[in-house]
Amino acid sequence: MSHIEFLAAFNALDFGIIWNYRDLFIRGVWLTLRLTLLGFSLGLILGIFLGLGRLSKRKWIYYPCKIYIDFIRGTPLLVQILIIHTALIPSIFGQSLGFFVSGALALTLNSGAYIAEIVRAGIQSLDKGQTEAARSLGMPKGMAMRYIILPQAIRRMVPPLGNELIALLKDSSLVTVIAANDILYAAKIVQGATFKQWEPYLTAALLYLLLTWLASKLIAFIEKRFSTSYVPKKRRTTFADQLKR
Amino acid sequence: MIKIKGLKKSFGDLEVLKGIDLEIKEREVVCIIGASGSGKSTLLRCINLLEEPTDGEVYIEDVKVNDPKTDINKIRTDVGMVFQQFNLFPHMTVLDNITIAPRKVKKVDEKEAEALAYELLAKVGLTDKAHNYPEQLSGGQMQRVAIARALAMKPKVMLFDEPTSALDPEMVKEVLDVMKQLAQEGMTMVVVTHEMGFAREVADRVIFIDGGYLVEEGTPEEIFNNPKNERTKAFLGKVL
Ligand SMILES: Nc1ncnc2c1ncn2[C@@H]1O[C@H](COP(=O)(O)OP(=O)(O)O)[C@@H](O)[C@H]1O
Ligand SMILES: [Mg+2]
Repeated sequence: MSHIEFLAAFNALDFGIIWNYRDLFIRGVWLTLRLTLLGFSLGLILGIFLGLGRLSKRKWIYYPCKIYIDFIRGTPLLVQILIIHTALIPSIFGQSLGFFVSGALALTLNSGAYIAEIVRAGIQSLDKGQTEAARSLGMPKGMAMRYIILPQAIRRMVPPLGNELIALLKDSSLVTVIAANDILYAAKIVQGATFKQWEPYLTAALLYLLLTWLASKLIAFIEKRFSTSYVPKKRRTTFADQLKR
Repeated sequence: MIKIKGLKKSFGDLEVLKGIDLEIKEREVVCIIGASGSGKSTLLRCINLLEEPTDGEVYIEDVKVNDPKTDINKIRTDVGMVFQQFNLFPHMTVLDNITIAPRKVKKVDEKEAEALAYELLAKVGLTDKAHNYPEQLSGGQMQRVAIARALAMKPKVMLFDEPTSALDPEMVKEVLDVMKQLAQEGMTMVVVTHEMGFAREVADRVIFIDGGYLVEEGTPEEIFNNPKNERTKAFLGKVL
């Protein structure tokens, strides 16, 4: 296709057709959002436990967590989705439980492993003096984790968790292979029905772009609230400021 | 009060403590001196089990600390510790730093914990900083808060690991003054320090550690004016 032909094809784009299929795309957005947010929330819970397990000194906790995390991070999400949908769930329940359960489970199990590494890194980045101070005051491990370590570590986890959310949002398009009617699936259907290539897939791309843009705004807002200083804004005078007075 | 018998501690192949015997009586102030890397911190940290001894026994009031059956968290509430790097909790106000452990560990109610915190802040001269965050304080102020935080558990003994080594020179005195006052009130204290003036003035006993052994101990006069061991003499020659 020459340069001129390309521009001509571009000029001939007819997004009016897409409007006829808007319901399909709206349902697609809705499913993509639900799958991503559910997968991320459950993944967060799973990730906290896996991440803590990965830091455990007890071998029977450490190794299962480590093997799980390495397995998930070392294999493609697409393969994981297919294993879960076509093998794991049917062999446990004797039948498919539908694309939503499979998709949500796959995204949960996948993001859990990535979030575990974020949790572990966040905790390990803290000075070990914090744990020692807490323990020296008589706090048991769990209490020190809850009141001293996690509140500090969580701040450091916000930026990488934001990246993980956006990555998951985009990767959720892989559930299309198990016929989950997400955004990409809507584009495929429209493509099949209209024999147009550009319009449906460009629409899908723009919808993903819109969602990731919204997510990045939300993350920026949260990051701002968790800025580097622990002092609430209205009381933010440093020792140096006090000296000046 | 504290009894240490044949204490050994290795990190991998490196034997840091090679058999330490030491007894510390109630209300006694013991200063530990020695070159950097000689194992002073390790000795101190074996007392509240921040380090697990490789061999030997540590008793606090006749309870064996390094016994798997001992509830170490219970022991630690009786043993306050002050670190070189302060280790205040940066996400909490000064007041919360001091009240968190009494409230969560000892289940003291909030009002009572805060009343005690204000009492301790008055003692270390920082009442007006109760609602500040650690990052808003100077090093000397942070270390005084750290002392108050440890005292809030009403410990029977206080361990200090080079509490003034990370401070700018002009802030050393304010921290040492608080420790002096504590000593005068009869607190049992074990202090690792390079402040020989403080050791001379406040210590009941000075202990010199070198190469993993307790080389010499005695009153400040004995150690500083009349050291017997050659290694003690060499060390003091360098620092005094
Ligand atoms: N957690 C550790 N792992 C390995 N080596 C350590 C550890 N803590 C201390 N050491 C080593 O033990 C020796 C004594 O350390 P330390 O007790 O901190 O000495 P001091 O407090 O007298 O300067 C040093 O050589 C130090 O490198
Ligand atoms: Mg030391």
